[in-house]
Formats: sequence, structure tokens, C-alpha cells
Amino acid sequence: MSRTPLYAGLAVVIAGLPLVCNAYWTDVCVMIGLYALLSLSLNVMLGQAGIFNMGHAAFFAVGAYATAILNTLCHWPIFLTMLPAGAAAGIFAMAVARPIIHLRGDYLLIVTIGIVEIVRIALINDVFGLTGGANGIFGISRPVFFGFRIVKGIQFYYLVWGMVGVSMLLFYGLWRSRFGRALNYIKEDDVAAEGCGVNVTGYKLAAFTLGAAWAGMAGTVYAAKMLTIAPESFNFMESVILFAVVILSGGSQVGVLLSVFLFIGLPELLREFSDARMLIFGLAMMVMMIWRPQGLFPPLARRYAMPPPEEGARP
Amino acid sequence: MSLLELTDVTKVFGGLVAVNDLSFSVDEGSVVGLIGPNGAGKTTVFNCITGNYAPERGGIRFAGRDITGLAPHRIVELGIARTFQSIRLFGRLPVVENVLAGRHCRMKAGLFACMLHTPGQRREEREAVARSLEELAFVGLTGQAEAMAQALSYGNQRLLEIARALASDPRLLILDEPAGGMNDQETAALVELIRAIRARGITILLIEHDMRLVMQVCEKLVVLEHGTLIAEGEPAALRENPAVIEAYLGADDDRW
Repeated sequence: MSRTPLYAGLAVVIAGLPLVCNAYWTDVCVMIGLYALLSLSLNVMLGQAGIFNMGHAAFFAVGAYATAILNTLCHWPIFLTMLPAGAAAGIFAMAVARPIIHLRGDYLLIVTIGIVEIVRIALINDVFGLTGGANGIFGISRPVFFGFRIVKGIQFYYLVWGMVGVSMLLFYGLWRSRFGRALNYIKEDDVAAEGCGVNVTGYKLAAFTLGAAWAGMAGTVYAAKMLTIAPESFNFMESVILFAVVILSGGSQVGVLLSVFLFIGLPELLREFSDARMLIFGLAMMVMMIWRPQGLFPPLARRYAMPPPEEGARP
Repeated sequence: MSLLELTDVTKVFGGLVAVNDLSFSVDEGSVVGLIGPNGAGKTTVFNCITGNYAPERGGIRFAGRDITGLAPHRIVELGIARTFQSIRLFGRLPVVENVLAGRHCRMKAGLFACMLHTPGQRREEREAVARSLEELAFVGLTGQAEAMAQALSYGNQRLLEIARALASDPRLLILDEPAGGMNDQETAALVELIRAIRARGITILLIEHDMRLVMQVCEKLVVLEHGTLIAEGEPAALRENPAVIEAYLGADDDRW
């Protein structure tokens, strides 16, 4: 069973969608794309390695603020700030994760909640006099791509979804390699993984840093789209939503896309029921836990080129 | 020449001395059995050698190098592979990926090579898969590569653990009750497998309660009781040793 047709169909739909959408819905789709980017990056650690990070918004924030500061104070063009933003988020993640990465499951989850709260409060308190306190930073400029200024919703749409596509290809490569397998071994049984020669702490830390750096680069796009960023955009609830998206997805990338749409797109479609939104969410989560605890689309098994069976070989 | 050498190794859990001043050595190319009654501290000794536990006192040398207190994955890299007493496979992953787990530490592709699937990474991956299939064939699991590990029978899961350990190119293979849960036929096949592993030049240290197997494959036995060495030597000689007989009092003599 292959998912190639599913991906091809999704690509066509995503590429054609803004041609039939109005400006409002294009903007909604930009937000869905941003969440997709963040969820894909969280999937590397949470979905693949089972690292319970409920503070992903913290790394998103570090990236967005790095871009905002470099752009408004140092007048760097937006795309030039993307690498430093990713690096800042990655280095921050490595520094905070090093002492806690050995924690398991819910213990790690609680600490990461602490991290996202500390980051938000630090931003409100205007650390180093750079973050602008509770008002945040405004006056971020538009990104320029080889002389082409990205202003309109539809332009951001293709920027964000292009990044989603590239990320999916790279993460697919990662999944189909010794790195991806190592993360799966750790998720299955970390003692056995270590006993087989997998550097468990090293790989957990690498997955955490990589996911955080990716979230940081998503932060760059977010800052450029919003023009203004404030600490309240990176609160605990954002982290919970990202966490729920990945858990619901089952750990595959197509699952993440579907799950992001359910979490971010569906509430927009069902505006009139907005009062009952949390109720429906809660109910849906309970139903999932009972009937499909493995998530919507668990990853298929990796395929390997097997030599043809020899004549007369024992089965 | 001894490949593995334990000197005065002591491991304490709270007030319980699980291993007490234990010294023994394993010669390169030999098959050594670590035996003793339940709770004698055999698995604790294994866990000290493989780095899962750090001993409180004493030293462990492997191939002339002090490995006391190293992380388990470093010890695998140095050439000691193990199987677990309670099977610890990656049950929801295919059989071939379980063997590839053992191969992991001999592969070099880094993060970016993995993301981009560089030519070097692809070649390494092909070689690793081929090698894993060879190890599966070696233990007799040909044709099962794409099954989920948890779908294998109990005896085959034990064989898969051995294949996984062999894939890491070990010089010393540590087997923790390899015949546990196997029927007579499977145990007989295991004896042949252990001999074949030895013929590859791999040294073996094993814990086993099946005395017929121990007597057939081991050329040296180390007997533990309450964490203390009570005897060591050739199996035939130990059979007559009064301390060993006492430790095993109640065990059926026929089994020897």
C-alpha cells in the first residue's frame, strides 16, 4: 500500500487552492501552513522519538524574536535572518534540553511547559531591553526574495507551503535513514536502543535541537507575515495545540497535515459553532483515544530492497 | 590471552551486595558460562560489563582497555554486544530494522547526509541491509525480514536478538539465558548456532540454566552464589566440586 497518490493529490490541491480562495481564506491557509511547519518540526521529536515536548512555542518564539530584532535593530533583510533565527532556537533548545533530556514521558512534558512559560514571561519583562515587553516588536519589514517583495496573502501562501514541501522532503529523507530508525528505536525501547549501540542521549538531543531550529525558522516567516509580534502569541496553549496535532496525526507527515487542518482549519469553517468548539474537541479526543489510540495515520513500515528468494531456499 | 577481565567487581543495591569482589577472565575465542542459582547476581555482572550499571568498586578491562563505567553504546562500539534475559526487541518495527539497530554503530552517515540521502549514505545503507540479511540467514531467519518483530515466535525472537547483536561486529558476545523459553529442538539448534558463532572467532560469555546446553558448549564455567565466586574451571571438574553441588542442592543430578 503506497501513499504516493495521496501525496500527489494533496500537492495538487494545495498548489491550486489560493486560485479559488478569497483573501480571507488564503490568510487562513497561510496560518494552517505555519502550524503545519511547526507540527512537522515537533513530529521529529514527539512523533518519531517519543520526546514529550509541550513547549514547542518557546522555540518558535525565539526564532520569531531573533528575526524581529535582527530586522528592526540591525536592518537585516528577512531571509538573511532565517538561518540565525533557526540557529538561535536550536542553540537555545540544546542548552535547555541538555540537563533534562534524560527525563521520560510526563516528567519531560512538565519541564517543557515550564520552559515555554519562562520564555513568555521573560519576553514580557523585556529581557536585555530587546524584546519590547508586553507590546512586543513592530515595524518588521516584508521579505524580499531575489528582488521580489512578498506582501500579499497569496505570496505568503506559496512561501509557507513551499517551505512545508521542502521540510517534508527533508524529514522524509531523515525518516528513511539510520537517523530516523535510531529515533524509532528510542521511542520503542530506549534501554534496548542504548544496548544495541545507539547513543540515546545524543540522538534525543539532536532530534530536539533539529525540531527547535525548524520551529525557529518558522518563526521568521511568522514575524514577516504578522509585521508585529508579541509574547502572547507564543503562549502555552499554542504548545498544547501543536502537541495535540502531532499526537492525533499518528506520527506520519500526511497525518500531520490532516491533523493540522482539523485543528486549525476546521474551527474556521465552523465559526458559527465556536461556542461549542472546545466541547467538540474534547469529545473528539476522547473518541480517538478509545477507537484509534495510534492516531490518524501512523507511518507505514519503511521498505527495503530485498534480494529475490533463492531457488530451494528454506522459507 | 584474556579478552575480558573483571577485577574485584562489587555492585551494591542499597543494603544488598549483589556482586561481591568478583574476579574472573574470559579468554579470547572461548565460550564461558556464568552459572549459579536464581538471584546469584549473574545478570548484574552482565549489566556491569555492558555499562548498564556502574560497579561501586573494581575494574573491568576489555581487550586491554579499562571500560568500567563507560556508557553502554560506547561499550558496544568497542566490541561487546549483548542479548537480554527478557527479550527486548523493537516489536513494532520490521525484523530487518531490528538487525539494522545492531549495525547502527558501524554506520557513519550524519544528520545532513541522512536528510539528503547522499551517494555515500545510500551505499552505506545498502551495505547495512545486505549485512543484516546475512545475519538473519546466519541465525536461520531467512525470509522473515519484513515481518514485524513481535509476530515472531518466542524462540525466533531470541534468535533475532542474537542476529541484532552479531550485526554490530562484536568481539565478545554476551548471551543472557539464550535458551530461556525454547523447546528441546530449538535448544539443540541453538547449540549449533553458538558453535557457529564461535567458529567466526567471536568470544562468548553466557548465562544459562539449561545445564545440558552449558555442558555441551562451554569450555569454562564461572559459578556464582550470593554475588560471590564459589568455583571456576572446566565443566567436568566442577561437576564433582562440593561447593557447586551444595549451591545447586535440590537440582536434579541427571541434568548434569
